[in-house]
Amino acid sequence: MLRALLADVHANREALAACLEHARAQGAKAYAFLGDLVGYGADPGPVTEAVMAAVDGGAVAVLGNHDQAVAQGARSAMHPDARRVIEWTRAHLTPAQIAFLGGLPFSVQVGESLHVHANAWDPGGWAYVLNAYDAGRSLRATPSRITFCGHVHDPMLFHMAEGGRVATFEPVPGSGIPLGPRRRWLAIPGSAGQPRDGNPAACYALFDDATSVLTYFRVPYDAETAAAKVRAAGLPERLGNRLQAGT
Amino acid sequence: MAFAPLAPGLVIDGFRLEELLHTGSMATLWRVTGRSWQPPMVMKLPQLRESGDPTAIAGFEVEKMIMPTLKGIHVPRFIAAADFPEQPYIVMELIPGPSLRARLADAPLPPPEVASLGAKVAAALHDIHAQHVIHLDLKPSNVMFRATGEAVLIDFGFSRHDRLPDLLAEQFRLPMGTGPYISPEQVLNIRNDPRSDLFALGVLLYHLATGVRPFGNPTSVRGLRRRLYRDPVPPRALVKGFPPYLQEIILRCLETDPTRRYHTAAQVGFELQHPEQVKLTARAERARQDGALTVARRWFRSLGAEADPRQSATQQLARAPIVLVAVDVTQASQALLAALRVTARRVFDTEPGARLACVTVLRTHRIAIESNPDEDAQSLRVQRLVELRHWARPLSLPPDRVTFHVLESPDAAGAIIEFAGTNQVDHVVIGSRGSSPLRRYMGSVSSKVVAEAECSVTVVKAAEEGDAAPSAEEPGGVSADGAGPPPPGG
Repeated sequence: MLRALLADVHANREALAACLEHARAQGAKAYAFLGDLVGYGADPGPVTEAVMAAVDGGAVAVLGNHDQAVAQGARSAMHPDARRVIEWTRAHLTPAQIAFLGGLPFSVQVGESLHVHANAWDPGGWAYVLNAYDAGRSLRATPSRITFCGHVHDPMLFHMAEGGRVATFEPVPGSGIPLGPRRRWLAIPGSAGQPRDGNPAACYALFDDATSVLTYFRVPYDAETAAAKVRAAGLPERLGNRLQAGT
Repeated sequence: MAFAPLAPGLVIDGFRLEELLHTGSMATLWRVTGRSWQPPMVMKLPQLRESGDPTAIAGFEVEKMIMPTLKGIHVPRFIAAADFPEQPYIVMELIPGPSLRARLADAPLPPPEVASLGAKVAAALHDIHAQHVIHLDLKPSNVMFRATGEAVLIDFGFSRHDRLPDLLAEQFRLPMGTGPYISPEQVLNIRNDPRSDLFALGVLLYHLATGVRPFGNPTSVRGLRRRLYRDPVPPRALVKGFPPYLQEIILRCLETDPTRRYHTAAQVGFELQHPEQVKLTARAERARQDGALTVARRWFRSLGAEADPRQSATQQLARAPIVLVAVDVTQASQALLAALRVTARRVFDTEPGARLACVTVLRTHRIAIESNPDEDAQSLRVQRLVELRHWARPLSLPPDRVTFHVLESPDAAGAIIEFAGTNQVDHVVIGSRGSSPLRRYMGSVSSKVVAEAECSVTVVKAAEEGDAAPSAEEPGGVSADGAGPPPPGG
C-alpha cells in the first residue's frame, strides 16, 4: 500500500492541499502525519480538521512539539514570537481540535516502520536528527527497520548496514529508492508547510510497503496566498516571508 | 527461506539451476531456466557463508538496487531479484562468449583494433552515465560483446547511481575497485565522478595497446596511491611506431586530475573514431615519464584532494554535450547560414565542456556517371571541407573543441542521423529551407532528422531575406525532442 508521509505541515492549508492532491494522483491510499500540524501558519483550524478526518479514516498522526505547546498553552519561558503564535493558534482552534492535538501519541508503529516526530531515543525530548551521528543514535534506539520522522525541515535519508556506520544521502525528488532489507533506514520527508532549503515547494514522500520503495517529492503550491494569510492574521512578518523564499 | 546446497536441478524462486558457469570470490554464476522466459539467463548468487566478505553482500545490495534502473543494449537485461536472508539472487540476461579479458592474451593489439574496441566500450560507458550510473569497476573481464558487436558492461557491485544512496559509503575503509584499474580519486574514496570510468578505460586501452599495465598490479593502499603522483611510461616508449593520436587519447584518460581528462566517454569515443581530428598536445610526443620534481609536486598536491559534493554523472554529462551542427554549405541561403551560426554559438556557449561537430553532406549518386569519379569526389570533398571551415570561422572556436566532417551519402538526413547515433551526439542543430522549391522536390531533411534522431534537435529558420540574424522573438529556433533520453540543453 502506498502511504503518503507528511511532516511539519505547520498550519499551511495551501501546502497541505497541494501535497494531498499530488499524493492522490500518485495513487496514495494511506497517510501518515509526522507531527507539527500547527504553529507558524495561518490555518490551524482547517489543517487540524482535515487531519482529524484522515485519522478517522485510518491515517497515522503523531505529536509534534508545536502541537504539544498549543495543547498545553503558552509558558512564560518561551520566546515572545513563539508565545504569540501559540496564543494566536489556540484562539483559532475549537476545544475539540485542541483536545485532538493534545491526545496525539508520541509514536506509531506500522509494520516495519516507526513514525515519530523528532527521534526514537527520546520522542518527547524533541532533539533533532541533524547528522549521521544523531541518525545512528535514533536507529539504535528502536528495533524498527525503518524510521520516518520530521522536526528537521530539510529532506534527508540515512542508512546503516548491519553493524556498520551511518551514511547520509540527500534525496533527489521523484526517484524511487528501494529501502533494502539488509540495512536500517531513517527517512525525513522534509517539511510540507515550511520548507527551509531555499526551495519554497512543499516536501513530502510516498512509501510503498509492498516493495519498500520510498520516493521523495517537491510540490509547488500557492505560497503567496499562504504568506498573505500569515501577514493578514497579524502573525510575525518573517513567517510569511520565509514561505515565499523557502528559507 | 533456507535452501539446499547449490546443485544442478535445484529450483530457487521458480528458476532452475542448470550449469555452474563461474565461481568467484564474491559470487557464483549459474545458467538458469524457468518462469517461461526463453532467452538464456544467468543467476548471480552472492557468497554469504564461505567468504564472510562483507563487500560480497554489500556489492549484491548495490547491484540489486542499480540493475533494475538500467536499460538498453549496453547492459544485460534485468529479469528478477530477491533478497532472501539465506540466499539472495539476481537473474539477468546471459551474454554469451568470452569477455574482453580474452583479448589481453594477444596484446599488444594493432592500434586500429584498440581504437575500435575502445570506441565500443566508450559508447557503453556513455550510455550508463546518461542513465545516472558510474560503473567504478571497469576492466576487461567486465566487458562482454553482443553478437551484433556492441559492448555490454557487467557487474555493477561497486557502482554508484546519482539518484540513489551510495550503499558502500562509510562502510569500508579500503578503496573499492580493482587494483590495476582503479582511478586516483577512487583510491581517495571519492565515488561520484564519471571520469573515474574514463581513467579505467585508459588503463584498459593502454594494456590492450602495449601488453603492459600502466600502473602494475598493486595490492596495498600505498601501492595504489602511487598513481596519484607517478605517471605511466608513455606507450611510444614501449611500442615502436605507436600512433601519436592514440597516445594522446590514452594519456589524457590517465591524467591524475579528472578535470584534465576528457569530459565524457562520448568525447573519448568520438576521438577514437576520428583519429585525424584528434588535437595533439605535448602528451602525444611524450617519450618518457615525468621528472622527479614534477612527480614530487604532484605528490604534495595529492595530499589535499577532496570530493566535490556537487559532482555527479548527470551534471558532468550536462556540462559537456556534443553538439552537431548540420550545414548545407552549397544550398542554404546566406541568411540561413548566419542564423545557424547564431544558434550554434548559443548552444555551444551554454556549457563549458561542449564540443561542436560541424557536418555537411556531400550527396553522392547511387551510380557514378562521371568520367573520373574518384578524382572528382576527392576534390569535391576538399572543397566542402574548406567551405565548412569558412562557415565556422566567424565563431572563432577553440581548435580542441571543434571538428569538421564531410559525410558522403545520397540520403542527407540518414547520414546525419547515423553520425549523431554513432558519435553519441546530444543535440543536433539543423537549418530548414522553409518552402523553397528544392524542399518540395527533395522532401525536408530537417523534419526527417527531427522525427528519427535519438537526441534533441533544434531546427533553425532564416529571418526574411536580407535580415542576417534572427531576433530572439521570431521563430529562429524551434526545438523538438527526439525519442531518446533527455539530453542537456535541449
